Amino acid sequence: MKRAMAVMLFFAGLLAVWHVAAASGRWSPVLFPSPEAVAEYLWSALWDGTLIEACGVTLRRLLIGYAIGIALGLPLGLLMGSSKLAEDTLGSLALGLQTLPSVCWIPLALVWFGQTETAMLFVVIMGTVWSVVIATDTGIRNLPPIYARAARTMGSEGIHKWTRVILPASLPYLISGMKQGWAFAWRSLMAAEIYVTILTGFGLGHLLHYGRELNAMDQVIGVMIVIVLIGLLVDKIVFAPWERMLHRRWGTGLARG
Amino acid sequence: MARLVVDGVSKWFRSNRADVQALDHISLTVEDGEFVCLVGPSGCGKSTLLDIIAGLTKADDGSVLADNVPVEGPGRHRLVMFQEAALFPWLNVFGNVMFGLKLCHDISGKDRRRIAEEHLRLVGLEKFSRSYVHELSGGMKQRVALARTLAPDPHVLLMDEPMAALDAMTRETLYGDMQRIWQQRRKTIVLVTHNVREAVCLGDRVLLLSPHPGRIREEFVIPLPRPRDINGAEVSVLAQKITAALKGYMTAEVAE
Repeated sequence: MKRAMAVMLFFAGLLAVWHVAAASGRWSPVLFPSPEAVAEYLWSALWDGTLIEACGVTLRRLLIGYAIGIALGLPLGLLMGSSKLAEDTLGSLALGLQTLPSVCWIPLALVWFGQTETAMLFVVIMGTVWSVVIATDTGIRNLPPIYARAARTMGSEGIHKWTRVILPASLPYLISGMKQGWAFAWRSLMAAEIYVTILTGFGLGHLLHYGRELNAMDQVIGVMIVIVLIGLLVDKIVFAPWERMLHRRWGTGLARG
Repeated sequence: MARLVVDGVSKWFRSNRADVQALDHISLTVEDGEFVCLVGPSGCGKSTLLDIIAGLTKADDGSVLADNVPVEGPGRHRLVMFQEAALFPWLNVFGNVMFGLKLCHDISGKDRRRIAEEHLRLVGLEKFSRSYVHELSGGMKQRVALARTLAPDPHVLLMDEPMAALDAMTRETLYGDMQRIWQQRRKTIVLVTHNVREAVCLGDRVLLLSPHPGRIREEFVIPLPRPRDINGAEVSVLAQKITAALKGYMTAEVAE
């Protein structure tokens, strides 16, 4: 209860400071809109459907791209973790490409796929896949050998070994890799949407971009808030339960709790 | 009937810098229901020998017969208890005991649960079946590991210094429990340890190994009645005798 109060007070304070700064009249309201103006924009965009639609378009791209990224990254990571040859070849490729900011894929995506949904997906997938690959590989390489030995003596081999021992044992790495992959996917999609206009769907990044074109700072700030909220929500709804499960089972993170 | 026959087993560890012979023509026979302890200082190859019996490591020379069948790899009738409990953190205590049982295709699902519960009771942890591994103390972890290795009803239990990481108090309780369980279940057990008292307290026979390369030097039969007290006078006297013999081989080796 106390913590919730502190959080609420903090954000109320932040809003109050913003309000006072905007009302002081030092800055033009066009450049520095008041919280009321931003709220007004969000309210109207919510009711006329633009915001909902943009959220839908963006989340659909994100989810599809992210799912494909994981579907590609997980097996590649498993392959790398179990084969020295794959580690030397694919591994160095993955490591190199992971350091490449995913915005850098946009020019290539545009040339290859044009201003299409495929280009958007491509950028999201490239943002996701390498961190998933590397996390999976790291997870497998850091398995305490004793788990594999114990499982082997009890007769675990082949598929059973992979699904009942290696994958669950590397779960802490897999989850953090998927979380990182999500963060990269989210960033790269926003960059792609701001950078590329496509006709098939008007996402949050596009709203942001047009807010700037129209000099509508209430829209820019409003959309930024929505983007932050989505990020927070996914963290709380999707990843937090997994992390709690890991903490409960592995006994990690207890020092803070 | 001989459960295990180890015949002339040798093992080398090869690296770029040196070839080290870990085991030199080891031969031993373990009868059904016998508790044999392998004692020796670190580096005498006793854990390697256990790995070879388990089928986790291949011998370079010689052979191991388990129930008259050559050992080619791990098998469900030779289960290992490791120094670290090697329990799986993603499963709770019950899940860990079930792990090996689920790999026994001749046991039905209902029986598996019953057997797992039975073994948790045997080691006195029935109240902790839903706990996770990190919530247990070191001694409790090894009890779960014992339940996990006993549950699939293997012919032979191989124990690789299972008490080495525990504090003295916990160890003493476990010595009592292990004797009780062994007397109830009459499993064939091979236990590796560097603790001479532990070996005397638990074993029917103690085999003394010396290092560089690992050889069996001497065999001591322990005729004491059970349950034995690790702090008892008879255990101490025999342990002293074995320790003296062990020191003899160590100094002889230094002199060479």
